[in-house]
Amino acid sequence: MVIQTENLNFYFGKQPVVKSLSLQVPEGSIFGFLGPNGAGKTTTIKLLLNLLQTQDGNIQIFGQDLKANRLKILSQIGSLIEQPAIYTHLTGKENLINRARLLQVPVSRADDMLALVHLKDASHKKAGNYSLGMKQRLGIGLAMLGDPKLLILDEPTNGLDPNGIIEIRELLMKLVKEQNKTVFVSSHLLAEIERMATHVGIINHGAMMFQGSIKDLESISQPVVQVETDNTVDAANFLRKNGHDVTNVTDTFLTVPYVSKDITAAINASLHNNGHQVYSIGKMQKDLEELFLNITKQA
Amino acid sequence: MKGFILSLQSEFYKSRNTLGFWSAILLPLILMFLVSVGFYLNYAKLMKMPSQMLWGQFAGVPMALMGSLLLPMLVIFLAYSVNNIEHRSDTWKTLFTLPIPKWSVYSAKYFYTVFLLFLSLVLFASITIGFGNLLGLIQPKLKFSGYHMEGELFQVYAKLFLASLGILSIQFVMSLIWKDFLKPMGIGFLGTIVGIILVTAAHWEYAYAFPYSQPLLSIMGMSKKMKDSNNLDMLTKEVGVSLAIAAVVYIAGYFIVKRKSIK
Repeated sequence: MVIQTENLNFYFGKQPVVKSLSLQVPEGSIFGFLGPNGAGKTTTIKLLLNLLQTQDGNIQIFGQDLKANRLKILSQIGSLIEQPAIYTHLTGKENLINRARLLQVPVSRADDMLALVHLKDASHKKAGNYSLGMKQRLGIGLAMLGDPKLLILDEPTNGLDPNGIIEIRELLMKLVKEQNKTVFVSSHLLAEIERMATHVGIINHGAMMFQGSIKDLESISQPVVQVETDNTVDAANFLRKNGHDVTNVTDTFLTVPYVSKDITAAINASLHNNGHQVYSIGKMQKDLEELFLNITKQA
Repeated sequence: MKGFILSLQSEFYKSRNTLGFWSAILLPLILMFLVSVGFYLNYAKLMKMPSQMLWGQFAGVPMALMGSLLLPMLVIFLAYSVNNIEHRSDTWKTLFTLPIPKWSVYSAKYFYTVFLLFLSLVLFASITIGFGNLLGLIQPKLKFSGYHMEGELFQVYAKLFLASLGILSIQFVMSLIWKDFLKPMGIGFLGTIVGIILVTAAHWEYAYAFPYSQPLLSIMGMSKKMKDSNNLDMLTKEVGVSLAIAAVVYIAGYFIVKRKSIK
C-alpha cells in the first residue's frame, strides 16, 4: 500500500471533520477520493501531507510512519491542494524555477512542465493574470516538477474546460500506466472519477462510506435508462406490465435500470409500437447523491 | 543547512520584484537624496560650519528620523512583506510540503528579513558618506572634505541595527501568524508611539526593557559620547535586551511554526 491510514480522526474544535478513516491506496492505482463539498476531503489530504497535525490514528505512506519520516516521504510526493498555491507576482516560469531550485531538480524541468501542461505561450505572463484553468494547470505542473512517486491532487480539474479535463485525465492515466506512479485524486463528481480511477473511496460527513476497486463500485452504481415520453405514468405502467422494473417516474421522464444496449432498443420499440411518443431515451450514470442513497440502503 | 540556503535563495528570488525588497534600498536612497538637495539649496547658511559640525548635521538628520519613527516603521513593513508573499498567494502549504525541514524554511524567512534591514542600514551609512562627499565636490563652499566620520557612522548604524532586532523578531512572528496587515501594523505603530513617549516624555528608567524604545535609546546622547571618545559603547543595556528579546522570540516563533496547522 502506498497510503495506509488507521482510524484517522480529526476535529476542528469539538466538531469531528474526519471520523475513523482507514484509507488503503495500492501502488500503481488511481485512487478516486469522492465526496460532496465539505465531506472532509481536503482535511484528509492535509493530514496526509502533515499540514494538519494528526490528532488520533496513524498514517503510513510508502510503508513508513509519516511523522517519523516526514521529509523522506514528502520528497516523493507532489501535491495540489484546493486552489493552486502560486506566487501571483511571479511569472508561470518563475514559479516553476523557484520550486525546481528548492527541490534541487534541474531548472530545465521548468520548461518540460510548461510544455506538458500547455503553458509555454504564457510562460512569461504573471501568474496572477492567468485564468483559473491556467492556474490549475500550472499547479499540476508544480506538483509533477519533482517527478514524485505519489501525486496527491485535490480537485485538479476544478475550473478546467472540457478539453482541459480530458487532457489531465489522460495525463494521469498515462503516468500510472507508463511510469507506475500512484495518483490520489479527490473530486465531487462521480462521472469524472469513474472515467479514470482504478480504486475509489467515498467519504461523507468525514466517514468512509465505500472503499474498493472501480468494479466493486459499479455493482452499486448501476446506470439507468432515462426515457422521456408524452405520458410518463401510462408508459411506466405499460413497461411494468411487460416485466421492466421502473425505478423512478416524474412528469417528464421515467427511469429503468440499464441492462444492455439491446434491451434499451427493445424498450424503445415496444413503447413506440404501443402508441407512446418517445422524445428521448438514453443511458445515464447515477449522480453522487443517488449513489449515497444506495450505499446507505445497503449498509 | 542545505535546506536553509536553498530557502534563503528562494526568498531573494521571490521578493526581488516586490516593494518590500525595494523599500530597503529606496528608503535610504530617497531620504539621503532629499537631505542632500536641502543642504545644496541652503549652502549659504551652512558654508560657515566647520567640517565636523557639517558632517554631524548632515548625518544627524536621517539618524534622528530613523531612531524615532522611521526605523520601527521600516522594520514593521519588512517583516510584513516577507511573510505577506505567502499569505497573499496562499503558499504556506507549498512551503511546508517541501522536503525541507520546517526550521530551515522558518529561519530562512527570518534571516532574510534581518538581511533586508542590515542592507538598508548599511546603505544609509554608505549613502550618507557618498552623498556628503559628492556635495563637497559639487559645492566646494560646503566643507565636507575636511573631516572623516566613516568609522563613527558605521558604528552608529551597527548599534541601531542591533537595537532594532527585538522589534524585528516581534513584528516578524506577528506577521507570520496573522494574515491581516492591520494587526501587526497597529500593534507595531502603537508600540513605537509608546516607545517614544517612554523615552522622551516619561523618562522611564526601565525604558531600555521595552523593545520599541530601544532604537531611540541606543542613539540618544550619541554625539556627546562620541566627542568624549572615538569609540562608541556598543553593548549598552538596551542593545543587550534587544538581542535577548530577538533570540527568545525567534526560538518561540519556531515552535509556533512547528505546531502551526495550515488551514
